[in-house]
Amino acid sequence: MAEVIDLKKDAVQNRAAGPWREGWRSFKKSKISLIGAGIVLFFIVLAVYGPNIAPQGVNEQDFTKRLLAPSGQHWFGTDDFGRDIFSRVVHGARISLWVGLFSVILSAIVGSVLGIVAGYYGKWIDTIISRLFDIMLAFPSILLAIAVVAVLGPSLQNALIAIAIINVPNFGRLIRSKVLSVKEEEYIVAAKAIGMRDIRILFSHILPNSMTPIIVQGTLAIATAIIEAAALGFLGLGAQAPAPEWGKMLADARIYLLKAPWTMIFPGLAIMLTVLGFNLMGDGLRDALDPKMKS
Amino acid sequence: MLHYMGRRLLQLIPVLLGMSFIVFMLIRAIPGNPAQVILGQQATKEAVEALNASLGLDQPWFTQYFRYLGGVLQGDLGVSLRTKLPVSEEIFPYLAATAELALFAMIIAVIIGVNAGIISAWFQNSWFDYTAMVIALIGVSVPVFWLGLMEQWAFSVKLDWFPSSGRENVRDPITPITHFYLIDTLIQGRFDQFTEVLKRLVLPGMALATIPMAIIARMTRSSMLEVMRSDYVRTARAKGQKMFVVVYKHALKNAIIPVLTIIGLQTGLLLGGAILTETIFSWPGIGRYIYEAIGFRDYPVIQSGILVIAFIFIMINLIVDLLYTVIDPRIKYK
Repeated sequence: MAEVIDLKKDAVQNRAAGPWREGWRSFKKSKISLIGAGIVLFFIVLAVYGPNIAPQGVNEQDFTKRLLAPSGQHWFGTDDFGRDIFSRVVHGARISLWVGLFSVILSAIVGSVLGIVAGYYGKWIDTIISRLFDIMLAFPSILLAIAVVAVLGPSLQNALIAIAIINVPNFGRLIRSKVLSVKEEEYIVAAKAIGMRDIRILFSHILPNSMTPIIVQGTLAIATAIIEAAALGFLGLGAQAPAPEWGKMLADARIYLLKAPWTMIFPGLAIMLTVLGFNLMGDGLRDALDPKMKS
Repeated sequence: MLHYMGRRLLQLIPVLLGMSFIVFMLIRAIPGNPAQVILGQQATKEAVEALNASLGLDQPWFTQYFRYLGGVLQGDLGVSLRTKLPVSEEIFPYLAATAELALFAMIIAVIIGVNAGIISAWFQNSWFDYTAMVIALIGVSVPVFWLGLMEQWAFSVKLDWFPSSGRENVRDPITPITHFYLIDTLIQGRFDQFTEVLKRLVLPGMALATIPMAIIARMTRSSMLEVMRSDYVRTARAKGQKMFVVVYKHALKNAIIPVLTIIGLQTGLLLGGAILTETIFSWPGIGRYIYEAIGFRDYPVIQSGILVIAFIFIMINLIVDLLYTVIDPRIKYK
């Protein structure tokens, strides 16, 4: 009886040494990644509880308090409509994280499907999909995003779609190369030999084994997506007034560069911090989960 | 080598064809009719139709596409609907403005980035290493347009060291020859204008340089760290070679190859990605040119502008690949 228990204990220990736990252990060790995760968590809290944290409503105007410098009452000062900038920056977290997260999920899904199909079936399908990726990557991404938004019309949602589209080839290529290497593994050959159907092999064997690079790439892609969304907002092609989107806030504040620099400083700092958080976390995840990709 | 080059150039053809087709279709999907934009909202239906016909916009899309493609192959990039000038002529000054800015930024990025990376690797885990890498991390995270605005605020509004925008002093215009103003002013011996142009390059150049600088520094550091551990570097040190020579002569030669790829890639990205910096600093570059053309539904300009940028981007990558063989003779292309 005692032997059986020992075996179970063994199994538990074996599981403890799995790649995810191992990854978490080395992620925990890196201080920089933890700082990144902390920053990300902070902005997630802001995004979720924003309305409870912000001292004022996002569009609450007070024309007697236009362009006030930062003070105890208005930590980040006020803008040209007398709106509290701190409250607007807090509300903006929700928009930026939403665009960052969903555009990346969208491009990860589309990119993974295209990458898997190209990598698994090869031949002419691979040629077509890979050439398409080549072509998309040869465009300057921001110009492509601008062109897509020009077609769809300027709005936050269309900016999200544009950003998702330009990031598809990054995920596609990554998954394709991963599939190419996993495809030759013995367990895939074995699955084929016992007559498993392609679709099942793809989704229950190949996809789970390609998950780590998607997660690493995804975290880093959120960082870029947030900057791209802010850039489109800044050019007037993303979020529209009066949404407290950080890039749009910067564009509106531009004319007050001389008089009220704080209208510009804080939304920009918010973008930078969020992006920094995702970058640090992504670097940490890469080192922890995918030692081969270490740079 | 020639064989390899030929094959690479042949491979470009389907990519460029695909790009021209995607851009063509994308632009035609932009809502709004160029003839209507040119003539204004009051224009009669007949006038709009007549202009459409004279611009060839009433033809089926494939006729338009193949006519355009035929033109491009003969070096004809179309005629701007807005200015009525050939795009191939009109585009050059904009391209030169962006190229001058991008090259200036890239020189800053390479000099600072490569050296910061080398010193960080040399003195790994020192305070310099930590500071440089933290700055590099912030550098890749900062939105360029915000950095540009902050620079304007600090260095032109507050300190008044540099002009805040524009490529030249409008009261003292530069006579263009090559459209690269640094070169033009030198040819004409106008050193006062030369310093003016240089001053105006500093702020947008720094903003544009930040991201590639950070990426280059990180890449150089990791590549150097790897090489510094190799046997031949230990041998060089063991025979009493000065550390500076070991690092800059022996190690750097092998470490620079991946850095070179990044430099090439980033130069290409700067050309098209400069649009935000150009917006902030009122720089008359190619990004602004295309962005404004979208507002006017100026199909030929958008089409050819994007195509030209993409073409340059692809060519830079090709040149970088070929440069490898010069730097590392062990790499041979077949």
